[in-house]
Amino acid sequence: MTTAFSSARQGGLLTLRFDGPLDLTATASLWNRTLAAARGAGGRIALDLGAVPRCDTAGATLLAAAETAAGGAAIVGANAEIMALLDRVREARKVAAAPAEQAPYNPIAGAAQATLDAVAFLGEVVVAVARAPARRRMFVFDDLLAFTDKAGVQAIPLVLLLGFLMGLILAFQSSIPLRRFGAEIYVVNLVTISLVRELGPLLAAVILAGRTGSAFAAELGTMVVNDEVAAITTMGIDPVTMLVLPRLSATLLVMPGLALLLEMAGLAGMTLVMGTLGFPPTAVVHQTVLSVRLTDLLGGLFKASMFGAAVSIIGCRTGLGAGLGPRAVGDAATAAVVGGIFATIVLDGVFTVLFYRLNL
Amino acid sequence: MSGETLIEADDVGQHFGDHVVFEHVRFSVQAGEIFVILGGSGCGKSTLMRQMIGLLRPTAGRVLVLGHDMREADAGVLRRIGVMFQGGALFGSKTLLENVMLPLEMHTDLPREAREDIAAVKLGLVGLADAANLQPAEISGGMAKRCGIARALALDPPLLFLDEPAAGLDPVTSAGLDQLILDLRAQLGISFVVVSHELTSILTIGDRCIMLDRDAHGIIATGNPRTLRDGSDDPRVVAFFRRSAPAHGAARNE
Repeated sequence: MTTAFSSARQGGLLTLRFDGPLDLTATASLWNRTLAAARGAGGRIALDLGAVPRCDTAGATLLAAAETAAGGAAIVGANAEIMALLDRVREARKVAAAPAEQAPYNPIAGAAQATLDAVAFLGEVVVAVARAPARRRMFVFDDLLAFTDKAGVQAIPLVLLLGFLMGLILAFQSSIPLRRFGAEIYVVNLVTISLVRELGPLLAAVILAGRTGSAFAAELGTMVVNDEVAAITTMGIDPVTMLVLPRLSATLLVMPGLALLLEMAGLAGMTLVMGTLGFPPTAVVHQTVLSVRLTDLLGGLFKASMFGAAVSIIGCRTGLGAGLGPRAVGDAATAAVVGGIFATIVLDGVFTVLFYRLNL
Repeated sequence: MSGETLIEADDVGQHFGDHVVFEHVRFSVQAGEIFVILGGSGCGKSTLMRQMIGLLRPTAGRVLVLGHDMREADAGVLRRIGVMFQGGALFGSKTLLENVMLPLEMHTDLPREAREDIAAVKLGLVGLADAANLQPAEISGGMAKRCGIARALALDPPLLFLDEPAAGLDPVTSAGLDQLILDLRAQLGISFVVVSHELTSILTIGDRCIMLDRDAHGIIATGNPRTLRDGSDDPRVVAFFRRSAPAHGAARNE
């Protein structure tokens, strides 16, 4: 049953008349018309409810909103139930909803605060490491083994596959220009140096950020949301020692291994390509050994360890700094991956300059 | 409050594999009633409610809510009932006002201004007008339950289901929530089905109740809660209302 609406002006008084039930459906169709009429009335109005058999809270809200819009209204012909409901709704509307107080977004202040937080967290980690001997009980060795397995052993198939493909692609791509100069054998030098000094640690860190950094953030973020971290703190346990140090130690341990495996797989991929170009494996191995120094390898593995530490610390920090609510964990995981990869590349730049200055 | 039958449970049963939660449950709920489903932990109170709100298909019998068989619950009947879940089940990424506005957005053509006004009224009805712009993470458990009721009221349903409204609340907040339920019944004519095991609340608000029992796999008592408390000679009912441990015979059955 549809509800009819009409308006009539008699003398100075505008009367809005409803004919039919004022329920949610009627309110939806009448809201704009009623309020427009009430606003345009230029003074008090009358609401004629003589033909309204029933009304729900949505309808009563419409009547109350019309009263407010007109600055007052006389209710005509309403039955007692509707009047009682209207009184209740008027009362509920009296307490106006306070507007949300949101500070304007300030990206510079936000970035500065994030940097300060990161430095503070780094300080907490350093303190936790320094105090770890006295807090051996809080460092759960089984956790270290579990994280080593998750971050390291379980990542091996992916690392081998990506490394092999990278070696293959690099060798193919670089052989094309070098062939023009008859210098195809130097593909080996190029790929080996790239992989050992740069790409091995970098790609391993990107894999770690995607697989492990996000997992650390999600695990710790969930613990924050469930008040588990608060529970740990109130038990007098240092959350950094218990939750962060095993994860940090695990990534420090596994990253050189992962980077080395990635480099070996890459060299295997390169050897395959060189074979198709007519170079026997012995020649490739010989050229590889000639092209790379031990310091290249050790420097790369050291970088890998540092990248791992950065990814792990950022993952743990975003997790422990997670807010409340359902989005918090997702946000923390995203921030962990983005922050981990960003920090890895910044650190790589720093190491490149450092190694250059040290003639390494 | 015409005495119209809102809910009819017709020989309803539920089992999960070999585990029988309850069977042969029959009751009806009349318009204007506050109907309480009570019983100890694990007796199937919440399971029965999930059947009534269409979340769980009974393994035997059927439940009619507002004349609809809830085994085939569709949007038409679901928008005519409101449900408050135990913790409020508010959406954490929305403010309280947005939580209450959600059903209005999904089911009506109301302009935004009207949706906001109606949602603010519902929050005002449950005493949360000042908290409209807060996030669920910023409010207390009692406020979350109130907001859950406001959201359930959004579409002006004639029937509201409340799952453990008093659980986890302090006595004062719990009493306030009981009063709110009584007010909403008196002022808006809403009928309630309340799942609860909080004695004070049950005795304050309940017009009629059924008591489920885990060992009996079904209803062991029906009637007014105060009458059952004062007049029942069933040892399980007596134990429940006196908050005492079950008699030895009953304990052995577990």
